[in-house]
Amino acid sequence: MNQYPAFLIIAPLLAACLIASAAWLRRSLCFPIAVLGLGTSFLSSLGVAARVLTDGHFQYRMGGWAPPLGIALEVDYLNAPVLVAVSGAALVSLIATRQIIEREQGPKAPVFYTLMLLAVTGMLGMTATGDAFNLYVLLEISSITGYALTASGDRLAPLASLRYLLLGTIGASFYLLGVGLLYMMTGTLNMADLSHLLPALYGSDAIFAAFLLILCGIWLKAALFPLHAWLPGAYSHASHASACLLAPLMTKVMIYVMLRVMFTVFTPAYVFEQISLEGFVVTLASVAVVAGSLMALAQRNLRRMAVYIVVAEVGYMVGGAWLGNQTAWTGAILHLLNDVLMTLCLFLAIAALAGRMETTDFKNLKGLFSTMPFSMGALVLGAMSIIGVPPACGFFSKWFLLKGAIEAGRFDFLAALLFSSLINVVLFFRLFECALYSGDDHHGPGEHGHIEIHEAPLSLVASLWAAAAGILAVGFYSGSIVNNFIKPALM
Amino acid sequence: MESITGLILAKYNYWMYISLMMVGLYAMIAKNNLVKKIIGMNILQTAIILFYISIGAKKGATIPIIMHSEGHGHEAVHAVQYINPLPHVLMLTAIVVSVATLGVALALAIRLYARFGTLEEDEINDQVREAP
Repeated sequence: MNQYPAFLIIAPLLAACLIASAAWLRRSLCFPIAVLGLGTSFLSSLGVAARVLTDGHFQYRMGGWAPPLGIALEVDYLNAPVLVAVSGAALVSLIATRQIIEREQGPKAPVFYTLMLLAVTGMLGMTATGDAFNLYVLLEISSITGYALTASGDRLAPLASLRYLLLGTIGASFYLLGVGLLYMMTGTLNMADLSHLLPALYGSDAIFAAFLLILCGIWLKAALFPLHAWLPGAYSHASHASACLLAPLMTKVMIYVMLRVMFTVFTPAYVFEQISLEGFVVTLASVAVVAGSLMALAQRNLRRMAVYIVVAEVGYMVGGAWLGNQTAWTGAILHLLNDVLMTLCLFLAIAALAGRMETTDFKNLKGLFSTMPFSMGALVLGAMSIIGVPPACGFFSKWFLLKGAIEAGRFDFLAALLFSSLINVVLFFRLFECALYSGDDHHGPGEHGHIEIHEAPLSLVASLWAAAAGILAVGFYSGSIVNNFIKPALM
Repeated sequence: MESITGLILAKYNYWMYISLMMVGLYAMIAKNNLVKKIIGMNILQTAIILFYISIGAKKGATIPIIMHSEGHGHEAVHAVQYINPLPHVLMLTAIVVSVATLGVALALAIRLYARFGTLEEDEINDQVREAP
C-alpha cells in the first residue's frame, strides 16, 4: 500500500528489462509482460490517487533516504490524476497497437515494446518525482526512447526523428542549465527545498535567468507554437504505434512539468507578481492556438491535421496556466487530463483507419461510415470533445478556460479559443462529409443493398472505444474531478 | 576598467561555457551537414557539463576524498578544503545521457545515409521534394 509510488515507476522499468531478456527465450512472452508492467503501473496509479484522496499530499523516499539528500517521489492533488491519465493511456495504446507493432516490426517487436515501456517509465517518473535534476534524467529517458520510437515509420521518419532529437536536446539542455543556475544559487535540487529557499532570492537576475531557461526548455519539449517545428514531422511520419503512445502523452507531461515549476518550484507570487511575463505568454499562447488551427485547416491528410490540432491544444493549456486566476488554472489542468484522452482517441482512430488504406488523405476516406462504423463512431466522439460539445469532456475544460480568460480580461485569448473551436468544427465536419458519402456513384448502397463492414482488429477497436468511453466518463464526472483533485491542488 | 576586467577575468568559466554553447548552437542551426549538426549538439551538451563542473570548484580546495587513515577518522570535515562533489556526480549522469543521445543521433544519421545516399541536409530536402 505504501509502496504504490515506487511500483508505479519500477513496474514498467522492470518489465522493459524482462522483455529484453524474454525475447531470447520466447517472443510470445513479450507482449504479456509489457501489459503486466503497464497494468501494474495503472493499478498503482489508482492506488496512489485513492491515497491522495484520503491523506492528501504524501512522499515516497527512494531507498529510505530523506530529502533533500535523497530523492523522493511526491504525489499530491496535482499529479495524482496526471499519473492515472498517463499510465492508463499508455496501457490502452499498448494493447491497441499490438497488431501494428507485430506487423511492422516483425522480429524487432520486443525491442519496440522495451522502448515503449522505457518511454512510459520516464513520463511517469517526471510526473512523480520531487527532484529537479531527477526530472531532467527522466525527461531524457523518455526523450531518447521517444526519438528511437519516432524513427521507425515511413521513409522520412528518421529525418523527422533526427530533427526532433536536435531540437529536443536543445530543450533538455536549457532545462539542465536552468537547474544548474538554481543549484548554484540555493545549493539544492529538491523541489520542496527550492521553494523554501527561493523566495529570499526572488530579486536575483540569476534566478530570473534560470526560470526563463527552464521555461524555454519545457516549451521546446512541449511544442509551444514558435518552438513546435519538430512535432508535425515527428508525429506524422512515425509508425502509428509510436504516434499513439507519444502524441497523447509527451506534450501533456511537459505541460504538467511547466505547472509544477510555476506552482511548486517557483510560486504564483513570483511568476505573476515579481516578473510580469503573463501578458506576453498569453499572447504567445493565443497565437499558438490560432496558428495551430489554421495550419490544421491547411492539411489534406487526416494525420497531418491531427498533429497540428496537438500544436493548437498546447496553446490552450499554456494560455490557461498563464492567465493567472483560479478558474483558468482549473481549466488548464482539466484540459491537460482531457487532452490525453482526446488525443489518444483521435490517434487510435487514425491508426484504425490507416490499417485499411494506404494513406489517410481525405480523398481516401470516402464511405468510411459504412465500412468502418465503429472506428468512425469513436472518432466522432473524439472530434466532439475536441470541438467542445457538452457531454464530452473537452467542453468543460474549454468552459473553464473561457471563463478564466474573461476574468483575466484577456479577450484576445478568448477570441483565439472561440476561433479555434469554430475551425475545429470545420475540420471535423469536412472530414465527416468525406466519410459519409461513398463517392462511388456506380456501386452505391442502393444497388447492392448492403456494404461489407471491414473493421480494424478487435483489440484496436475495443481500445479505441475504451478511450471514447473515457472521454464521456471524464465529461460526466468532470465536476467531481474538479472538486476532489483540481480545487485542492490549487489551494 | 576595473569592473570590466573583473567581469571577464573573475568569471572566465562562465564566458568559456557561454562561448562553447554558442559554438554548439551555431553549428546546430547553421551547418548543412547532419554530422556537423550532431557534433554541434555534443558541444552544447559538453558546455553545460563544463558549467556544472566549474561551479563545484573552490580556490585551494582538494578532491573530495576524506582520509580515513589511522587517527584521521573522527576529525571534523572542513567543507572549504574540498571541492563540491555533487555537481560532478550529477554530470556523470549527464555524460551518460549525452553519450546515449549521440548514439541515437549517429544511428539515425547512418539510417539517413543508407536511405538518401547523402548527409547534406539540402540534398536530402531536394530528394524529399522530388519524391515525397
